[in-house]
Amino acid sequence: MSRPLYIEGGRVVDPSQDIDDLAAVLVVDGRIEAVGADISKPDDAETLDATGLTISPGLIDVHVHLREPGGEHKEDIATGSKAAIAGGFTTIWAMPNTDPPIDDPAAVGYVRAAGRAVRASRVMPIGAASIGQQGEKMTEIGELVHAGAVAVSDDGHPVRNSGLMRRLLEYTQTFDIPVLQHAEDPGLTHGGVMNEGRVATELGLRGIPNAAEAAMVARDVLLSELTGGHLHVCHVSARQSVDHLRWAKDRGLAVTSEVTPHHLILTEELVRGYNTQAKVNPPLRLEEDVVAVREALVEGVIDVIATDHAPHHYDEKEREFDDAPFGINGLETAFGLCMQALVDPGYMTLSGLIDRMSCGPARIMGLPTGSLRRGAPADIVLYAPEEKWIVDPARFHSRSRNTPLAGRELTGRIQTTIVGGEIRFVAEGDA
Amino acid sequence: MSEKRKESGLGKDLVGLENVSGETIQAILDTAEPFKEISERAIKKVPVLRGKTIVNLFFEPSTRTRISFEFAEKRLGADTVNVAASGSSVVKGETLVDTARNLEAMRIDMVVIRHGSSGAAQFLADRIPSNVINGGDGQHEHPTQALLDMLTLRDSFGRIEGLKVCIVGDIVHSRVARSNIYGLQKSGAEVAVCGPRSLIPTRIEEMGVQVFTHIEDAIQWADSLNVLRLQLERMNAGFIPSLREYNRVYGVTQERLDKAPREIVVLHPGPMNRGVEIDSTVADGPQSVILSQVTNGVAVRMAVLYLLAGGAPERAEEAKKGEE
Ligand SMILES: [Zn+2]
Repeated sequence: MSRPLYIEGGRVVDPSQDIDDLAAVLVVDGRIEAVGADISKPDDAETLDATGLTISPGLIDVHVHLREPGGEHKEDIATGSKAAIAGGFTTIWAMPNTDPPIDDPAAVGYVRAAGRAVRASRVMPIGAASIGQQGEKMTEIGELVHAGAVAVSDDGHPVRNSGLMRRLLEYTQTFDIPVLQHAEDPGLTHGGVMNEGRVATELGLRGIPNAAEAAMVARDVLLSELTGGHLHVCHVSARQSVDHLRWAKDRGLAVTSEVTPHHLILTEELVRGYNTQAKVNPPLRLEEDVVAVREALVEGVIDVIATDHAPHHYDEKEREFDDAPFGINGLETAFGLCMQALVDPGYMTLSGLIDRMSCGPARIMGLPTGSLRRGAPADIVLYAPEEKWIVDPARFHSRSRNTPLAGRELTGRIQTTIVGGEIRFVAEGDA
Repeated sequence: MSEKRKESGLGKDLVGLENVSGETIQAILDTAEPFKEISERAIKKVPVLRGKTIVNLFFEPSTRTRISFEFAEKRLGADTVNVAASGSSVVKGETLVDTARNLEAMRIDMVVIRHGSSGAAQFLADRIPSNVINGGDGQHEHPTQALLDMLTLRDSFGRIEGLKVCIVGDIVHSRVARSNIYGLQKSGAEVAVCGPRSLIPTRIEEMGVQVFTHIEDAIQWADSLNVLRLQLERMNAGFIPSLREYNRVYGVTQERLDKAPREIVVLHPGPMNRGVEIDSTVADGPQSVILSQVTNGVAVRMAVLYLLAGGAPERAEEAKKGEE
């Protein structure tokens, strides 16, 4: 057994217990033993000085792309998982749109085992919803869950067929897992590469209208109502989608959703100059959409923040806009960008943000983490919430550097990340 | 690129008219005037670009634009190479960034690029020291086409300021439309577009453009119509049901033109689909200036090449005489 860990001198922010105070945290056998101002340090404990830092439950990201197998030149499970702990994430959910897709139990088992072997962030596999992610035939969802899958999704693509989506929302109830839907009507996307609007019109690029997303969200909340299945809508970007989600929440449906850090602050203007680093799906939209998804997150209509971490190789982004792949590398900038988008301007408290990035994901997905309550796995992040830093993609732990934020100043720097009581990340060059 | 502006107001490149001022456009058109006359001579050459190498890099076939550039280049005495590269697809051929590096290694002075992807000309311009001229990028811009359209309008009306110009047809997929909108607005003209909503880009009104969905209304409003080619692919992709119906609803016919309150001047960037977007009686009739556009195309391209090479607008007259 490892020695107990005693974290002292920091401010504990744990919205799951409504704590925001100077306090110490004691970890024993990989679990939280106690949190409080007056707990005593066991004689054999290792001490971690958190003076000047804030201590919260580790961040949880239910939407990342780790690219392994098949896309290891962009990222693999090891580099992605290391990028995650550097970003304060102690749990990441890996999307199955790899090559080949994670659509059988052996592949699910592989991702889980490879994730454990890295000893960085916890890696939880998401299984494909349909075989080959072809949108036709349901995968053996029971087998996938047995092998360790925590959800199913065809992300990268939507589940287009309404009949299949209905069956998925019905069948997954046996296993109590959500269907994660990339909401997009392909007939409306029609080869689009950015938001449909003035900038696309000026640049002569094909647009993706808000309705491509919102129409699918509308359909899917109706299917959740019909079936009672847990629908989780990925990366909400359009203000009209928010209306449908609010409708679902008002009726108490089993509908949850996520928004990415980039959709909370960036707009289509960033694409000007054919900036492929800002090419992402769903696309960056208008200020009014940013406001709508932000307000929805504050209100709880959108439940959580997820990065949609989508690493791509330099060469793939260094080309014509039409031909560059969609995606933003998000794990290592997520916390800083969310602090800037939400907490700095006062839309949310720090505690509110930690809820949306840690407790919230645990709550909606039924995870034991996302809390510093006694007995919970000791997944903890220590950070300097007010510290400013400049994004330098060359210093990413991710294998890829694709971000539109290079050179941008962000707020809030991750200092130490602890998974299961083990210190797995410490920011380098730090006093 | 923070490039020192030349006397003409142009920077290193001509990627589009979006970032070119009205005065610069005026300077280009003024410079084109003396070059028009060269094409009428027996010996159609002035040596102002002697020793310069120009690559015409065409990723899309375009006989018309390539030939026009090539004439312009040769009449100015440049050495030219035509490169017809295969499509822009990810699978075939080298990447555009490699093409750019190769051109840089060969110390080319100027590159004319035609490419199927919007932004390709800017991409190249940002990566090589040579002057880059956009010969049409995707659905973005085709600045020399708009300049020759404007020169032709100026010939017809004696001015551009105050004119009402309506661009008719497939605006969504048209680089000609965007360049014309920028160029005409900067020169003081009013611009409208006309076509079915399925071929009009979202929020184009925010560019200060009026939208007509009825050709009859456009004809009542306009001094000039710039009629775009309707590609057969648009029908196959479901933007319109058929070319026949398009002709019935939007075709520019003499009968329709005759209802105009004034004599409308008709432009077409070519190549024409006779009987689809324009009827032959109009194309070959007295209101058409389509062949003048072709002639002006060479002059305008000579002017752009001359100015990008560092020539001064007011010296174009002398340059024309061949005494640099
Ligand atoms: Zn997605």
